[in-house]
Amino acid sequence: MQINNGLVYLIALPLAGAIILLLAGRRADKWGHIFATLMSASSFAVGLLQFSQMLARPAEERAVEQKLFEWISVGSFQVDAGLLLDQLSICFVLLITGVGTLIHIYSISYMSHDKDRRRFFAYLNLFIAAMLLLVLGNSFLNLYVGWEGVGLASYLLIGFWNQKPAYATASKKAFIMNRVGDMGLSFAIMIAFATLGTVSFAGIKEAAPNASTASLTAIGIMLLVAATGKSAQFPLQAWLGDAMAGPTPVSALIHAATMVTAGVYLITRSNFIFDAAPTAQLLVVIVGAITLLFGAIIGTAKDDIKKALAASTMSQIGYMILGAGLGPVGYAFAIMHLITHGFFKAGMFLGAGSVMHGMDDEVNMRKYGNLRKFMPITFVTFGLGYLAILGVPPFAGFYSKDMIIETAFNAGGIKGILLGSAALLGAGITAFYMTRVMILTFTGSPRWDEKAHPHESPILMWLPMAILAIGSVTSGFLLSRGDTLVHWLEPLFAEHGEHEELLKPIVVTSLALLMVAIGVAIAFVKYSRSEVSDTAPEKVSLLTRIVRRDLLQDDFNEAVFMRTGQALTSTLVKTDEIVIDGAVRGIGSAALSSAGALRTSQTGFVRSYAALILIGAVALVAAIWVVTQ
Amino acid sequence: MTFTAPVLNYTILSPMLIVLAGALIGVLVEAFLGKAFRPIVQLILTVGTLLLSLVQVFRIRESESLSAAMGSVVFDGPGFLLQAAILIISIISVFLIADNENFTALAAAIPGSVEEHASIQQGNKVTEVYPLTLFAVAGMLLFPISSDLITLFVALEMLSLPLYLMAGLSRRRRLLSQEAALKYFLLGAFSSAFFLFGAAYLYGYSGDISFAGIRDSVVGGSGNDIFLLIGIAFVSVGLLFKVGAVPFHAWSPDVYQGAPTAVTAFMAAATKIAAFGAMLRIYYTVFANAQWSWTPLLSGIAIITMLFGSFVAIAQRDVKRMLAYSSIAHAGFLLAGVIALNKAGLSASIFYLFAYGVATVGAFAVVTLVRDSSGEVTDLNRWTGLGKRSPWVASVFAFFLLAFAGIPLTSGFIGKFSIFSAAYESGAKGVVIAGVLSSAIAAFFYIRVIVLMFFTDSHEDATTVVIPSVLTRITVIFSFVITVALGVYPAPLIDFINKFATFIR
Repeated sequence: MQINNGLVYLIALPLAGAIILLLAGRRADKWGHIFATLMSASSFAVGLLQFSQMLARPAEERAVEQKLFEWISVGSFQVDAGLLLDQLSICFVLLITGVGTLIHIYSISYMSHDKDRRRFFAYLNLFIAAMLLLVLGNSFLNLYVGWEGVGLASYLLIGFWNQKPAYATASKKAFIMNRVGDMGLSFAIMIAFATLGTVSFAGIKEAAPNASTASLTAIGIMLLVAATGKSAQFPLQAWLGDAMAGPTPVSALIHAATMVTAGVYLITRSNFIFDAAPTAQLLVVIVGAITLLFGAIIGTAKDDIKKALAASTMSQIGYMILGAGLGPVGYAFAIMHLITHGFFKAGMFLGAGSVMHGMDDEVNMRKYGNLRKFMPITFVTFGLGYLAILGVPPFAGFYSKDMIIETAFNAGGIKGILLGSAALLGAGITAFYMTRVMILTFTGSPRWDEKAHPHESPILMWLPMAILAIGSVTSGFLLSRGDTLVHWLEPLFAEHGEHEELLKPIVVTSLALLMVAIGVAIAFVKYSRSEVSDTAPEKVSLLTRIVRRDLLQDDFNEAVFMRTGQALTSTLVKTDEIVIDGAVRGIGSAALSSAGALRTSQTGFVRSYAALILIGAVALVAAIWVVTQ
Repeated sequence: MTFTAPVLNYTILSPMLIVLAGALIGVLVEAFLGKAFRPIVQLILTVGTLLLSLVQVFRIRESESLSAAMGSVVFDGPGFLLQAAILIISIISVFLIADNENFTALAAAIPGSVEEHASIQQGNKVTEVYPLTLFAVAGMLLFPISSDLITLFVALEMLSLPLYLMAGLSRRRRLLSQEAALKYFLLGAFSSAFFLFGAAYLYGYSGDISFAGIRDSVVGGSGNDIFLLIGIAFVSVGLLFKVGAVPFHAWSPDVYQGAPTAVTAFMAAATKIAAFGAMLRIYYTVFANAQWSWTPLLSGIAIITMLFGSFVAIAQRDVKRMLAYSSIAHAGFLLAGVIALNKAGLSASIFYLFAYGVATVGAFAVVTLVRDSSGEVTDLNRWTGLGKRSPWVASVFAFFLLAFAGIPLTSGFIGKFSIFSAAYESGAKGVVIAGVLSSAIAAFFYIRVIVLMFFTDSHEDATTVVIPSVLTRITVIFSFVITVALGVYPAPLIDFINKFATFIR
């Protein structure tokens, strides 16, 4: 593999930005945001340069490596800190730095009234650096560093306004649920080292064919646990909704476009493990299918625009995980959907931020209405994203989502039918709740407070939205024309034969569009034909109430994990107090009292001391006599 | 019978002769120099003498002839190491002794008398302590290299007599100090009698007073074993008294508490090295072949000493008494090195003696710093919250306590580890188990003091920590640096000790 010593700059630039801004403190308040944006943009430029060089090389020589330093060298355990840029990671590099830079630009204006804007930008840069390390690491251990780094950045940014206790709690919730997933990743690394003797991608790829299925399955399942944590997949999905406490650009960048897709990256990157572990792979598609429905259903009952989009993110990542779980035939489609989703979801989040910006940070969609008159640009860009997520041709989502649904149907047998149907149903529900968001926000009669003065956002905010909208329109077509992305990624994945087609592609497409049409129609009937109340109706069915409570995800977690956890810790504390402390105190007091008794032998009289010496000497002689007899 | 002039071999004796000469000059200084100049002249003289002696010890360390003064002295590897250790620790202690806040103005005056008061008014200072120190050091240097019973006894008395006097020189609480001095003297005399009695039996057993002669008889096994056994028992009493092993320990808490703290530091550290040095030589060479008779006894005493010292230290409310009991416990640990009776045990013991001695001087030096208007505060209850008021002093003291407790990265850990592993190797498993157990108990009271200083809220009548004078500071810094160095990077010293730690028989 070729060596390229320029890779480190991708990470070093934003990392330097973060460090400088954090160390400079208030002195950097004036120029910090510009500096951070420049750092992110330069990283993007380096990425583009690498991309152009990569294009110039033949397919099998595209991957390049850089060894940074010898990291761990203990006996047979050798890990170098090294970077790997191949066809897969370049997609992520461009997405992270490209969308990241746009969001930096957007934030300059969005955060302009915040006195801690510099710190915000420092964290954004930190996130970019950590995310790049995640996708550039050449081993699971290097990936793990980035993995933890983005977790930290996410925690810091969700709780950015931590003066509000609820926001601080949200950041903790995200962090703790992510820890569960992180444990999975560390277990996967340990098992990999124990059974395969290496943790580098190349080493594991080489060793995998000779390894036992059991150990590969164990690694695969642990990697899946990691992916569910970071990508908010079932059953570790509950943190994502609360993560919307962070500033909206954060939601767009971290909790829509990039970090939450790390799980998809992880599974795709570990394709050689999952291909050899069918059980783990089956679990992946199950998780994906459940989550895509779960997220979509939650989305139908959300009145908070950001939480509706968060539910949608969860659902869309479910599609990607589903795609990634379908094996070599699906990896490329998962990545394609990841990229298109990066454009349209980031665009819609920025649109939501723009709406909030114009509506005094109101997030309740029931307090919106008819905003298209006041925010035409936001309406258009958001609308393009809407069409993309619905999968209306020729917008981006159509290409990527349609391919996943098709592939799911082709998985074969009852599995294929179930997965395909779930994906189809998900598309219908998506159409319903996204149409609901559109109608409640941009059409109908205004329901906002008299104090609100909706207005369009400044250019620094709408320009990134516009650029992302262009991506939402064109990216799907560009990536799938002539199977560009599929061929681009081909060298990384195992070959796959032609699958028997359960349904002809045209049939699947028609079915999908039909589902979308039904979803849109229901939403229209329900929200456009009749007046929407500005408060959520109280008298609703039990089902609606359950959905409003996020399908009881928090109740479940609290009942099962939190309460038992609390019971466990309080039991442990009691045990510690009574048994362990008791024993220690007992020994301590016993020692003290016996010491007190011994102490009385110290009378202070020379005569008794002398007597003691005499007794000792006599005892010594007596003892010698006894010993030697 | 002809009288032949003894061949003295002055080279071997030179370190002691230098110290004795310095002491005599010190006496002359006391007699003829004005009192304004005495303190500084005496300090320079004493430190200079000790340094010169140390240099001389190093110069002759690999000399050809080993015995001197007609075979009554043997300067071999361990002798060199022990003498060097005694001199280094004495030099560190002298700076603490020189801080004359600790000593009475007129030792001969009755406490509280008009005479004493007048003497304080005149600003008198007891500079006699310097020559006394040097005489004691000379005795200590002789003790571990003595090679016959008479020389050994002379050395014992030579080191003890000045110490009896020095214990009575405290500036504050003079009655307590004088009581301590008297107790020390009476009990010391008592134990010396036992020692002499035992020596007589050994002479009766072998017909010889030289170690080599007694050893030959033990190896040959020709004599009356009863004489040998009683001899071993009673000589052991004298030696065990000096190191403060149970049940011959009773003097040490009272004397440690009553003596001026600087003297306590010197005594606790240097005497221990000298006494254990002599003990190692006798048991490793003279009695080695009668191992069957004394190993069980010494093991029993070691176990009782460790446990007793550690246990009773828990109940102490006075920092000096606590350190005294801690020193009893350490005597028990060191006995494990004697019982080991192998080369590793010898090396470990010498390392332990040096490391413990340095930490002891440092710890007592810190004790002199914690005072209120009426002098040193040794009541532990009044040490509460010291860490908040004087974090540096408290931290340094805490460090010495951790070294006593044998926490890794301190010299105490290396010492305990090597001495216990040597004892374990030689099969003294019971001693090692008791040692580890009592180390755990001991850790309790060391760490309790740390908790008291750092994590307990301050008392009403807060003690103040005086700014250390340059002299005390030298002591504290030297002890601290050596203790840290021996904990972090002990290898060079261990190698050095291993190179020399073989007794010449």
